[in-house]
Parts: sequence; structure tokens; C-alpha cells
Amino acid sequence: MADNKGILVVGEIAEGKLAPITAEALGAGRRLADELKEELSCILIGDKVGDAAKAAVAAGADKVYTTEDAALKDYENDAYMQVAEKAARDLAPRIILLGQTSIGRDLAPRLAFRLGVSAVMDCLELAIDGATRQLLCTRPVYGGNAKATFSSEALPQIATIRQKAMSPLAPDAGRQGQIAAFPVTLDASKVRAKVLETVKEEVAGVKLEDAGAVVAGGRGMGGPEPFTKELAELAKILKGAVGASRPPCDNKWVPDTIQIGLTGKIIAPELYIAVALSGSSQHMSGCSGSKCIVAINKDAEANIFKEARVGVVGDWKVILPAFTQRIKELTQ
Amino acid sequence: MNMIVCCKQVLDPEAAPATFKLDAANNRMVQPPEVKPVINPYDEQAVEAALRIKDTDKAAHKITVITLGNNLIRDVVKKPLSMGADELILLEDAAFEGGDGFAVATALAAAIKKVGQFDLIFCGRQESEWDDGQVGSGIAEILGIPSVTVAKKVEVADGKVKVERVTADGFQKLEASMPCLITVSNELGEARYATLKGIMAASKKQPIIWKPADIGLDKVGAAARKTKVVKLFQPVKEGKCEIISDDDLKVAAAKLADKLREYKVI
Repeated sequence: MADNKGILVVGEIAEGKLAPITAEALGAGRRLADELKEELSCILIGDKVGDAAKAAVAAGADKVYTTEDAALKDYENDAYMQVAEKAARDLAPRIILLGQTSIGRDLAPRLAFRLGVSAVMDCLELAIDGATRQLLCTRPVYGGNAKATFSSEALPQIATIRQKAMSPLAPDAGRQGQIAAFPVTLDASKVRAKVLETVKEEVAGVKLEDAGAVVAGGRGMGGPEPFTKELAELAKILKGAVGASRPPCDNKWVPDTIQIGLTGKIIAPELYIAVALSGSSQHMSGCSGSKCIVAINKDAEANIFKEARVGVVGDWKVILPAFTQRIKELTQ
Repeated sequence: MNMIVCCKQVLDPEAAPATFKLDAANNRMVQPPEVKPVINPYDEQAVEAALRIKDTDKAAHKITVITLGNNLIRDVVKKPLSMGADELILLEDAAFEGGDGFAVATALAAAIKKVGQFDLIFCGRQESEWDDGQVGSGIAEILGIPSVTVAKKVEVADGKVKVERVTADGFQKLEASMPCLITVSNELGEARYATLKGIMAASKKQPIIWKPADIGLDKVGAAARKTKVVKLFQPVKEGKCEIISDDDLKVAAAKLADKLREYKVI
């Protein structure tokens, strides 16, 4: 497919707005498109696209395609694939970018295989090889112990990008871009896996992804109680949220939705307080973008002390009450 | 019902980070001699998902495990058998080495076609070496069957499979026609331990071994890649954590809070 040109972002709409991950993908896509001197387009799929199309232009898209259908309200792979495949074939982009989200990590591989290529998942950095014009995709491997840069000759090159790894452009309402409908006649008989029900398990208080401060506990917390008492108290004072590494989730001490890490939430708060968690590379994949990481752990050799800016070695049961008390004094 | 589970032998992801070494010249990692490989943990949970269905009627359901690799360690790859799976097929050959998600999915799909009978295929959501997470979806695409990824619960009723799929803020309940491919996440819960009886039974079972020609493929492994590794490297960690200490831990704790004020993060 030597004629493939331009970059296509397969966007997402969250609560009626352009999803932050899509603004991040458009920011990255804009930079790549400028380097290639080609166009950046975005396709938005859903039951109602609304103002998200304008937001995509403001976030850097030259062209925004919208596919609206009541049947696209929930993400269903077989339905979204009909739109994504048609867009990939009709628009013939050189590069297709998606977010590494519930949708992107499900859609990207199937789209890639249908087009006879392979996707590069969960990228941290994207660049263009000046000589070949190929996309260079850098992503973590071995649970974050190493990184690898991938490329491919086969087009389109498909990549998903990690949340919060790439910066969006500052939204510019004055940017000019085209918005056009991209109608697709959906074949409902091809939708073999159907959504029956969507269950939200939102934790009360500040959302983990939006919190400026996150207090996270690990295996060393020893049980569910400290998450609702000591950690929650500190989080409340900091107007932040409580998170966890994987063991507390696997042990059912806390809901799975507060897991931070490679397969959980990816966050980048101003302040990340890691209590009694070892800081495995898998966990750090979810929080290494934090501006300031604080470690409290009784094991001085724990990996978290290699990641943190500041910390105390000792039993959290002794440290945390005194720490929380002092934070309270300082912030009131 | 016939179920197939794809399992990979991997470097133990729980191994100490210090044992992790790269052969950067060849863009691959070095298997440390002191660390024994394991079945990819998500794949064990995929075996568990299949076993939970088999538990409902042991005689009616068969589980076939397929593992692709080279120099596979028998007591490692036989673990699913000792947990309760019925049959093990090894795609074992030097030629299978060095594949990407595309190469691996192509070979596994060819092997599954050769098995012929399947209602459900299970994979782990991703493997712990390349963390690629696209082999499951790729197999489903090649076989032309539906897929549901990142499952935490799988049940079969009335000829359909019901799956709870983990999302960022909860989960979705889906229903799919069979055959269907499902990738399993850790939210499913811990995989069962092998019983002594299971280990004894597994030790007597001989895996079936297929070479690339047995599954009708000329190109496998590195030769079937769609992507190339330009470079593999270990980012340098600065590791300059300031440790606050004091004879009294409570004083150290208060000093830590003061430090955060100094940094202007509180």
C-alpha cells in the first residue's frame, strides 16, 4: 500500500466529550503529521458525536470524520470494526493511532490483523524515521524492565498510546478544520458479541485519574481496613484519592478499579504516596509519570526507593499517623 | 464442549529485577540460569477459566492446551495438565523463536484449525515478556470468530457464552455466540494449585509435538514477523531517593511531611 498517506486517530468520546486520551493522540499525531507534511484526521464513532468533533479540530485535527448510529452507543468490537475497517480502507492512512484503553486495546489488534499487519501496543514515544518515513514506536517490555522500539514496513502502521504519556496541544478554538460525516451501513447480523449491561463501580470521592494527590497501598497494608481508614484519611486531607498495587486487588481488599499499574489505571498526579508497596516495574508503569513519588516501606531494598524522590524506611503503622498529623497541620 | 487454552512459557515476572539482563546486540533478553521459567500468569488464569467450566460437568468438557516455543521445560509446560487440563500440544521448534504477535497468532491459529473441534478458546490478556496483548484478538480474527478481551468471569448457558469484561470504571456483561475467543485478566481470581494426583497424572501424559510443517506453515517465528525490533534497551534509573531518618520514626514521618511542603507539593 505505497499510496497510504496521512495519520488517522481513532478517537473516543467520554461522557459526551472528546476523551483526554484522544486529545493526547491528536497532540502526538499533529507532531508526526507536521514532520511528514501530511494530514492529521480523526474519526469519532458513537451514537452522538456532538461537540467532540469541534474539540478534535481544536486539539489538532485537519479533518474530523463522524460516524453516528444508535447501534454504536456501547463499544462492541464487531460493530466498531465495521467502521474502523472502512475508514482504514477508504482513507488509506499511513499511520493509525488509538488509545491504550478498554476500547483501543480491544480494537487495535483486530483491526491490524484484518488489514494484514501487526499493531504496536501501549507506546510511550512515537517518532518518524526521516529516511524511511516509518513510524518508530517505543514501548515498555518485560513489565517495564526494558523498552523496545519497533517499526514495520507494512502499512498502515497501527499503534496504541499509553494514557498520559503524550501531551495534548493547548485547545485552540480558532483552528480551522473540516468536519464531515462518514456514514457506514452497519450490519447488525455481524455483531456476535453483544453488550447486555454496563456496570459502573465508581469509588466515591475524587476520581483516581483526576486526583492531584494519590495515596496508594500495597501488599504490606495487610488487609482491607487500612485502605478505608489510614489511607483514606490521608487522601481526604490531600483532597486526593486512594489507589492500590495489584496484590490488594487480587486479595479483594479493595475494588479492582483502583488498581494502578500496567494492567490497571495509568495516572500522573502531582504527588504519589506509596505505602507498603514494593514498586515492581509493572506497578511503576502506572504511576512513574507522577511529579513527586514518596515512599514509605520497611524494606530499604524495595524497588520503590529507586523510583521515589523522598521516603522513610520503617513500619507504616508507626509512620503514617505521625505523617498524616503533620500534613494536617501544614495544610490547615 | 471443546475448549482450547493457549499458554506461553515465560521468564518468571516475579523474578528480582536485578536478574534481568539484556542481550542488546541481538535485541533479546538473556534467560538468567538461576530463574526458572513459568507459565505466563494470565495464561494460568485462562486455564482456570476453562477449568471452572469443566468443573460443571467433567465428562462433557475437554481442555486442550497449546504452547508455542522452543526448548520448552516439560514440568513447566505440563502445569496446566496437572491443574486438570486433558491434553497438551507443543508447537516446539527452533523456527518458532523470535516471532512477534502476528507470527505467534498465525501459528497458534493454524494449530487450532488442525485441532478442528473448538467451542471456546482462552488466552491470557497479555504475556509478561513483551506485554503485547494482541495474540488473542489476532487468533480470533484469523479464525473469523468473535472475541471478548480482558474477562473476569466466563459462563456458558443456552449455547452462548456470557462474559464479564473489565473496563476502566467497572465491567460490562456481554453475550457471544460460540465458537468465541476470550482473553482472561487477573480479576478472574487466582488459578488453582496443581494437586499431587494431578501432578502424577500429568507426568504420565506425553505432549503431542507439532513442527511448522505439521500445521502447514512455511514461515513461522522471526521469518513471519510483521514488525521489527529496532532496538531493545534498559532505561537508566537515576535512583536518588532522599531517605529521611531519625531515631524516632514518628519524627522522621513529620520531617517527611515538612519535606513535601519544601517541595511545594502540599
